Amino acid sequence: MLSSAAGVLFDGFAYGMLSVGLSVTLGMMNFVNLAHCSFAMVGAYATMTLVGNWGWPFLATLPVAFIDAAVVALILERIFFRRLYRASDLDQCLLTIGIVFISIAAYAWFYTTEQQSVRIPDWLQGSWHAGALAFAHYRVFLIVFGLAITALLIFGIERTRWGAQVRAAVDNQRMARGLGIDVDRAFMFTFALGGGLAGLGGALSIQMVGLDPTFALTYLVYVLIVVAIGGLGSIGGSFVAAIVLGISDMAGKYYFPWLGAFLIYLVMVGLLMWRPLGLFGKR
Amino acid sequence: MKKLVLATAVLAAASAAQAQQTVKIGMPLTLSGQFADAANQMLNGVKTYMKMHGDTVAGKKIEIITKDVGGPAPDVAKRLSQELVVRDGVDILAGYVLTPNAMAAGDVSAEAKKFMVVMNAATSVVITKSPYMIRTSVTLPQVMETFGTWAATKGGLKQVYTMVTDYGPGIDAEGAFQSAFKAAGGNVVGSVRFPVANPDFSAFVQRAKDVSPQSIFIFIPGGAQPAALGKAMAERGIDKNITRVLGSGETTAEAALKSMGDNALGIITAWHYDYMSKAPLNVQFVNAYHQVAGGRNPDFFSIGGYDGMHAIYEALKKTRGNTDAQALVDAAKGLRWESPRGPMMIDPETRDVVQNVYLRKVEKVNGELVNVPFDMVPMVKDPAGERRKQGKK
Amino acid sequence: MHFQGLTRWRPLEVVFWLCTLLPFVLTPSYLSLASQIAITALFALSLDLILGYAGIVSLGHAAFFGFGAYTAGLIAKHYWTEPLSALLIAGLSAGILGYALSHIVVRFRHLALIMLTMGFGLLLAEAANSAHAITGGADGLQGFRVPGVLGFRFDMFGRTAYAFALAVLFLCFLICRRIIHSPFGLALRGIRENATRMPAIGAPSQAHLRKAYTIAAVMAGLAGAVLTQTTSTVSLETLSFGRSADVLVILILGGAGRLYGGILGAVIYMVARDQFSGVSPQYWYFWIGLVLVAVVMFLPNGILGGLNAFYKKAQ
Repeated sequence: MLSSAAGVLFDGFAYGMLSVGLSVTLGMMNFVNLAHCSFAMVGAYATMTLVGNWGWPFLATLPVAFIDAAVVALILERIFFRRLYRASDLDQCLLTIGIVFISIAAYAWFYTTEQQSVRIPDWLQGSWHAGALAFAHYRVFLIVFGLAITALLIFGIERTRWGAQVRAAVDNQRMARGLGIDVDRAFMFTFALGGGLAGLGGALSIQMVGLDPTFALTYLVYVLIVVAIGGLGSIGGSFVAAIVLGISDMAGKYYFPWLGAFLIYLVMVGLLMWRPLGLFGKR
Repeated sequence: MKKLVLATAVLAAASAAQAQQTVKIGMPLTLSGQFADAANQMLNGVKTYMKMHGDTVAGKKIEIITKDVGGPAPDVAKRLSQELVVRDGVDILAGYVLTPNAMAAGDVSAEAKKFMVVMNAATSVVITKSPYMIRTSVTLPQVMETFGTWAATKGGLKQVYTMVTDYGPGIDAEGAFQSAFKAAGGNVVGSVRFPVANPDFSAFVQRAKDVSPQSIFIFIPGGAQPAALGKAMAERGIDKNITRVLGSGETTAEAALKSMGDNALGIITAWHYDYMSKAPLNVQFVNAYHQVAGGRNPDFFSIGGYDGMHAIYEALKKTRGNTDAQALVDAAKGLRWESPRGPMMIDPETRDVVQNVYLRKVEKVNGELVNVPFDMVPMVKDPAGERRKQGKK
Repeated sequence: MHFQGLTRWRPLEVVFWLCTLLPFVLTPSYLSLASQIAITALFALSLDLILGYAGIVSLGHAAFFGFGAYTAGLIAKHYWTEPLSALLIAGLSAGILGYALSHIVVRFRHLALIMLTMGFGLLLAEAANSAHAITGGADGLQGFRVPGVLGFRFDMFGRTAYAFALAVLFLCFLICRRIIHSPFGLALRGIRENATRMPAIGAPSQAHLRKAYTIAAVMAGLAGAVLTQTTSTVSLETLSFGRSADVLVILILGGAGRLYGGILGAVIYMVARDQFSGVSPQYWYFWIGLVLVAVVMFLPNGILGGLNAFYKKAQ
């Protein structure tokens, strides 16, 4: 009994980690970016192509996945998003949905709708067994990696000057400009960072959930749930939300399998009714 | 005014005469969304047949018109099928990846009196929706009941724990396998159903492991899930020599094997088609398929499309190009042929597919993972259809 | 006097509604599509009531659409196949569901509101999937047929279907029009503009929002029921997140808060989709995506909003 509980807890962490990188843009920029999972897809397909067609080792492709998606996000920001920072939520929603559709079609065209996978290095496969407990290598890797990235992010945003500038620009544009902060630059970089993180998350998740062009839409719902529960503007909040959801999802499926998919939605509805601004939301 | 009417009449007659030289086949398919790949593979199978056998039959040219249904949307499938008949004037309706879509289209086939070929939808009762419908794919009871009986008898298994996805086909498969397994003397020690979009199976596999059953039966749709399940089983340390793992063909499909890697070794599946079969007809089919599908390998969606076209071609040959629904369906009844999957037949009474069910095990052959067939149940009729027949009598 | 002026019909409106009769004559082979457009237009109109006028952004409106759809289907399957009575019952039951949910929904704003509506929609869809003994699950509800309405058959040509859907749409439209131009409607718009100030001038905002939400639920339920009855099919798709998202896109496309936005959006989106899908069945959504992006970049606040701005500039 105890062994299963520990196993479930452990797995919840790993599952939750996947969502962390996918919430910077939504949370920090206050921009309804429904195309976030499209950026994830850019990174995922980049990794898949490098590993599958060019024989790169998996880990070496991760920085490329990050940069790829960041560049795409940057380009889209320059051309489209920056004109809509002051537009209504609904317009931002429409624009990004349009981009999602285009991205799905584009990837279906180039890669077909075939289910894709990546070869991860041998040392990442398999698991450690401690008695009846099984710790999958890849999940441990995800946790360590995810924690590192989150720590970097929080440090970067809370402790560096650049981070302070970004936070100022996001909180109050006029004041920030008045203080001489290049708001445009700050937004641009934040968007690129959010996109890059999405790409990284996408590349990492191929091993767990597979890859095909509908990826851009399929996981959007989960991402939105994580951000809403975590609270807008809080990276640590997203981290905690992802863990809470991951664990409750795992625990639910293990202890109450008849509840099935209900649990994650019930948890979300319950948490939001209790804390409408999210667990750590500021606005 | 009169001239205009006359001109229009002449034009109409001319185009009608032109149209009579063409047989139009309307195919509403799920070309976007979750099931896009299945639809694309089916379409590739259709195109491969036409590439290998030409696009003319009984003096008429074959024209394919595709429409996108988008997913499980019977209202859209029905409307598109109607539009294909009313707007595009198709003679035959074909395709249909998903059951609800095929069921809705069956109404159109019956009302408009059009020959209909179901090339995938696998729920047994679909075939009853129209008297002009045939099926060239597979039915779930056909495979799953056969598998259940085999597992408890020749397979030598006394216990099973079933794990299926909580949706139509999953529940049907669970019912079919369990009832046949129990009827043959086996014991179902437990069962669980996964939510549909479930990306992670660890919790469920852990539950199965807690029970320590002699065998586990799995039914999940293709896509990303088989690989995820295979990994979950490896991570939880399920030893396939101690606990046999039984699955449907989708569990060990090409993409799934690639992703699962050696975790797939030892899985036993029952299915009607494997693209790796060395039968000469299949080798020919696969080679032609590579050219049509840009190097991709076919799967069971492809063969459903391929054999569906074969049935259409042969029926048209028999009716000498007459596209009347009753004529075509009568010509199709009892049709027997050798397909790349093996021998198959359209049952003359139920109009459903009759074919071999192969038992395969995943093994490493020349460094590659292959579903190696080691047993076979020949020419299986859909048991649910047979029961319906008896119920009527 | 003031309100009477607002409710006078503009000539453009009359022309528009007369044009909705054209498909019977001009494009008789497109009547099935036309009936689907009318149904979607009604659905979008119901969303406009709460989103465009009351400011409630809902990502789960399909819950009511699907609830009405399944109610109509279940009545046809187990009780009787007369559609008009079933239609009313379906609308009413969707309204009851809407009323119940409204107590929770109106207490929230911003992201929490969006996610809660989405959550309720997802929960209902999941419940329908689980209750497959009643709903037929993923295979959809089987074994029923609605032969026709008032003696006219629902056939594969779609004439009766379009007439039926159009009639229901028009009736609901008239009701919406009255609501929007009534004091209740003005209060809704006031609430949308400034949620905190309205109670100060004596308008009980939450009660108003609940009323609007309930009415919107009834209309969405009616739309769903019409779909079931004209096609004799119901599936989980009617409750799906995809349908909620689609109708939101359609409304934004047409322009929210302008009464005709939903209808216009439905016409343009579905015709575009039909045409693109005919030309490129495998990649039509690429072109739709382009249309959406173009509309946002060049016509802010939807097509009607953009046209409005254009008119203003021209004057």
